[in-house]
Amino acid sequence: MKRVGIVALNTFREAVRDRVLYNLVFFALLMMLAAVVVGQISIGIEESVIVSLGLSAISVIGLLISVFIGVALVSKEMEKRTLYALLAKPVRRWEFLLGKFGGLVLTLAVNIAAMAAGLFLVMLYVKHSLQQSDAVVLVAVYFIWLKLALIVALALMFSCFTTPLLAILFTAGLYIVGLYVQELRNLPVDVMSPAMAAFTKWLSYLLPNFENFNVMAMAAHGRAVPGRLILQNTLYAVIYCAIVLTGAAAVFSRKNLK
Amino acid sequence: MSGFAIEIENLTKEYPFGFLHLKKKTSLEGLNMQVEMGEVFGFIGPNGAGKSTTIKLLMGLIFPTAGTARILGRPISDVEMHKDIGYLPEQPYFYDYLTAAEVLDYFARFHDLKAADRKERVERMLKRVGLETARKIQLRKYSKGMLQRVGLAQAILHDPKLVILDEPMSGLDPVGRREVRDIILELKREGKTVMFSTHILSDAETLCDRVGVIVGGKLRGVGAPGQLVDMKTQGMEILFALTGANNAPFLAKATKTGEYYRLQVAEGELYAAIGQLRGAGARILSVTQVKATLEEFFMNLVEADRAQAAAVEVSGK
Repeated sequence: MKRVGIVALNTFREAVRDRVLYNLVFFALLMMLAAVVVGQISIGIEESVIVSLGLSAISVIGLLISVFIGVALVSKEMEKRTLYALLAKPVRRWEFLLGKFGGLVLTLAVNIAAMAAGLFLVMLYVKHSLQQSDAVVLVAVYFIWLKLALIVALALMFSCFTTPLLAILFTAGLYIVGLYVQELRNLPVDVMSPAMAAFTKWLSYLLPNFENFNVMAMAAHGRAVPGRLILQNTLYAVIYCAIVLTGAAAVFSRKNLK
Repeated sequence: MSGFAIEIENLTKEYPFGFLHLKKKTSLEGLNMQVEMGEVFGFIGPNGAGKSTTIKLLMGLIFPTAGTARILGRPISDVEMHKDIGYLPEQPYFYDYLTAAEVLDYFARFHDLKAADRKERVERMLKRVGLETARKIQLRKYSKGMLQRVGLAQAILHDPKLVILDEPMSGLDPVGRREVRDIILELKREGKTVMFSTHILSDAETLCDRVGVIVGGKLRGVGAPGQLVDMKTQGMEILFALTGANNAPFLAKATKTGEYYRLQVAEGELYAAIGQLRGAGARILSVTQVKATLEEFFMNLVEADRAQAAAVEVSGK
């Protein structure tokens, strides 16, 4: 695991030096603007508007980083052939892959933590104080991070066997489909053929369920998130990531580099 | 462990291509070769001959279609064996957001070196490859030759037993090439095994204990440079100077270079030719044996391969 850590820390350093964290400036400007505007146009619901806006911005910025950098993690190394010298060291391919994943997930954690801190500052500015119920915003941010880790794993897997452009399309497509998994489960199976009903059910469990991670409405209204959901989402993300990364490692371990 | 640093048995690599990958291009065909411990082995061949393919197979960057190979007595699939190997890829490229010192430190971490040891080695390597003044510059600002030096430094940083260099002289100026040659000889003195690929035959002739010649994906010869080429003297060359006008018959056969003449004769005709030259008032400067060079041997193989390929193409039509 030490080698995984070395790769992960270097991936984090790459993100920092390639100015990935510059999005924080954009986020800060957005939140400052929101704080000023919201105070004037939404009397009484400032807090929920600020929380919704802040969490949406964190999610969108995180999504962009996860998909685009997630796909580039391995494909860039293969294209630029920086991987050659590294794989000649005592490093297994799965260790490299896991390290790249860990590095980007760490980058996202730092990034999201900074954005969350910014969001809390704006909430403090708008409300003049913070309550215990505001902790739900932290849970929402944690769920966004879990969701992004899952997206990074998918992006990494797709980039192991297809072109970067297709990998971006597949990842984005799967994310969108994953937002509607619940609808798939709610389809009226009694009007379907048994085979179709079985297929729909099977598919709904196979596809990543991103809707589970969305507690933005609860956070905006200060409603507590059940502890069971936190545990369930954590386990779901860990297991799903493990399966996807195992698949990615299986493909990548047999890949002939250019 | 056997006496071989590298043992290659029937190594073959085919690449599928075309619609549905139904066609196959053979990059390497049944390669059998050994590199002995402690020797400098040159792997020579024209571009596309299969040199880099072989090296990539050895390093586990690509996988063989058939055959096996062992490095330092262990199968090439054993990644732990990489602790004892240094590898310089062809046209190396490294993380351009790092400085030379950082990239070397990064690679050194995979070899379980302690922080103080890492620092000392990185400094020593930067000095050895002549990059100590550029150590804090990001690699994105490095020239091709400088990247090649970084590549060489990372290959020998951890004091490996075997060093595999893919075109180490590529992109280097004459000074850089000389430095790489010196490093290879230094490694040999330290008892390391060095295998390097090149298409610069003079480098192979100067540095290598043995060379392997690969053309068209097939190994065409292995041995000491002097053994590979025909050691039989092909004739004698007389270098002489001639003052004043002269129309001696041998002058028609001689080649004039500057103020000197070179005349090539058969070994049995040497003394007769010298007698004629002296009679004509020539001043004989030297007499040397003419032998085939590695380059001639190499060119013969390449031309034979091209002729064979052309014949196959014609018969295919």
